[in-house]
Amino acid sequence: MSLDTIRQREQTTGWLLVMPALLILALVFIYPIGRAFWLSLGRQNLGTQLQPVFAGLANYTRMVGDGRFWQTITNTTIFTIASVSLELVLGMTIALVLNQSFPGRGMVRTIAIIPWALPTAVMGLAWTWIFNDQYGVLNDILLRLGLIEQGISWLGEPTLAMVALIIADVWKTTPFMSIILLAGLQSIPPELYEAHTIDGAKPWQSFTQITLPLIMPQILIALLFRFAQAFGMFDLVQVMTGGGPAGATETVSIYIYSTVMRYLDFGYGSALVVVTFLLLITAVAITAFFLKQAQKQL
Amino acid sequence: MTITAERETKALKINLGLIILGVSVFLIIIFFLAPIIWQVLTSIKVNEDITAVPNVYIPSKITWEHYIELFQRKPFANYILNSALVSIISTLLCLGLGAPAAYVLARLKLPFEKIILVAILIITLFPYVLLFLGLLEIIKAIGLGNNYFALIIPYTAMNLPLTILVMRSFFQQLPKDLEDAAKVDGYETIPMLLKIVLPMTVPALVTTGILTFIFAWNEYIFALTFITEETMKTIPVATAQLGGATVFEIPYGAIAAATILATFPLVLLVLLFQRRIVQGLTAGAVKG
Repeated sequence: MSLDTIRQREQTTGWLLVMPALLILALVFIYPIGRAFWLSLGRQNLGTQLQPVFAGLANYTRMVGDGRFWQTITNTTIFTIASVSLELVLGMTIALVLNQSFPGRGMVRTIAIIPWALPTAVMGLAWTWIFNDQYGVLNDILLRLGLIEQGISWLGEPTLAMVALIIADVWKTTPFMSIILLAGLQSIPPELYEAHTIDGAKPWQSFTQITLPLIMPQILIALLFRFAQAFGMFDLVQVMTGGGPAGATETVSIYIYSTVMRYLDFGYGSALVVVTFLLLITAVAITAFFLKQAQKQL
Repeated sequence: MTITAERETKALKINLGLIILGVSVFLIIIFFLAPIIWQVLTSIKVNEDITAVPNVYIPSKITWEHYIELFQRKPFANYILNSALVSIISTLLCLGLGAPAAYVLARLKLPFEKIILVAILIITLFPYVLLFLGLLEIIKAIGLGNNYFALIIPYTAMNLPLTILVMRSFFQQLPKDLEDAAKVDGYETIPMLLKIVLPMTVPALVTTGILTFIFAWNEYIFALTFITEETMKTIPVATAQLGGATVFEIPYGAIAAATILATFPLVLLVLLFQRRIVQGLTAGAVKG
């Protein structure tokens, strides 16, 4: 057998081994997105008796004038930016603490992963109970401390409901952020700090001049993942507020879901999927660009 | 400043640092555990304690009635088994399909390899809400509604990117000598993979499997949409849909008990495999 045929056989086997995985990925990820592009060009709802009728860009022109859509985009953006930036600050603080040596560190590191591993929908229920207006423990603590005079209806007020969602999300996903950042911190050689301190640098200066630049790739990767996840957040909102009160916490995902499952409007639902997809891809491309830049600087 | 004074300020600084460290560690523990502890306490309180104002923190009486109620009023054993079944099968499928793919992407030089890897990376960022409509159509078309495969297939797919990335970075670190020796001995690719590479791969497979199991167990939107048959629901969906006997009665105790049941296996996994979870996550996110 010549070397070429061996190589060729290897390649054939290679494709055989990769194909099943690629096919199932295409079926579950690529097909639905492609299908949404196609369906978004038609009307398919109760009005058309769920039969597809070609409508060109009608769904997209409808979206431009759809106040509820713009409201959900605003809500999603607020939720995403607020949670992800809080998670970054908190995740970084926790990573710095967990990078110190202290007795029981292993146990604390373990505890600091637990929220990440738990089902979002289920822990959403736990937070709903904490924020409960009548029996909730949060109100109880605030009352005991004398900070409020009567129980707050956390999930019943538009702004507070958003705050509650953000708190629950920060609790759930800060561990992911701190795991990734901690891995970054551990890869920095301690000698760098020693040399810097001998040169007379203050801790804060070491942080901004050594730590931050060196773990920038980890920061951006964690941000990328978290940004995409927060932008598509469904479980937590569905369980905690259902998008209420009065649509104040309705995210794009919730809107897509009810357009399809409640109003059975597949055409418009697909158009919403397409626009959300394109927004996300754009944002991801921008972040990936910065990631490349940061990696180049290293 | 004299030397002793300098020493004293230094000692003071170190003490202050220790105090700050201690307080922050304490706050981290409280922040992450408090919501879980509160659910545990709620789940073993009697109803009078649960709805007491001001709140009762330490249960006046410990009761298991909420847990018993779950199994009596709802098919809770089914929910747990459903979740376990779907998560385990999809994990095995995912490892079975993903590990060989990862090996090929790490070792053999395939054309379009870069494009495949970038596509896999981008795919991990798709929210599932963008996919459920297209999948729902397929499931309806082939009559897969209320079938475990309606969940097993998407769960396998959603975990494949992570599996491929983690396993690929594992294979890249694996020394190539043994494989080269095997080739000289005349092994074909697939027998070599099974006999020589697989045994060395077991720890990495376990690490990846723990992560995929967690993700499958926690999935919500597909499970909510594709399974409507009560006895086939997974535990997160069933927990979220727990209602009282009437619309006005919310069974706080039962919900708390259900959240404990739904989270317990995962807490156990974290306690046992903390190191592996961290390794897997960082390998998947950072090296990918």
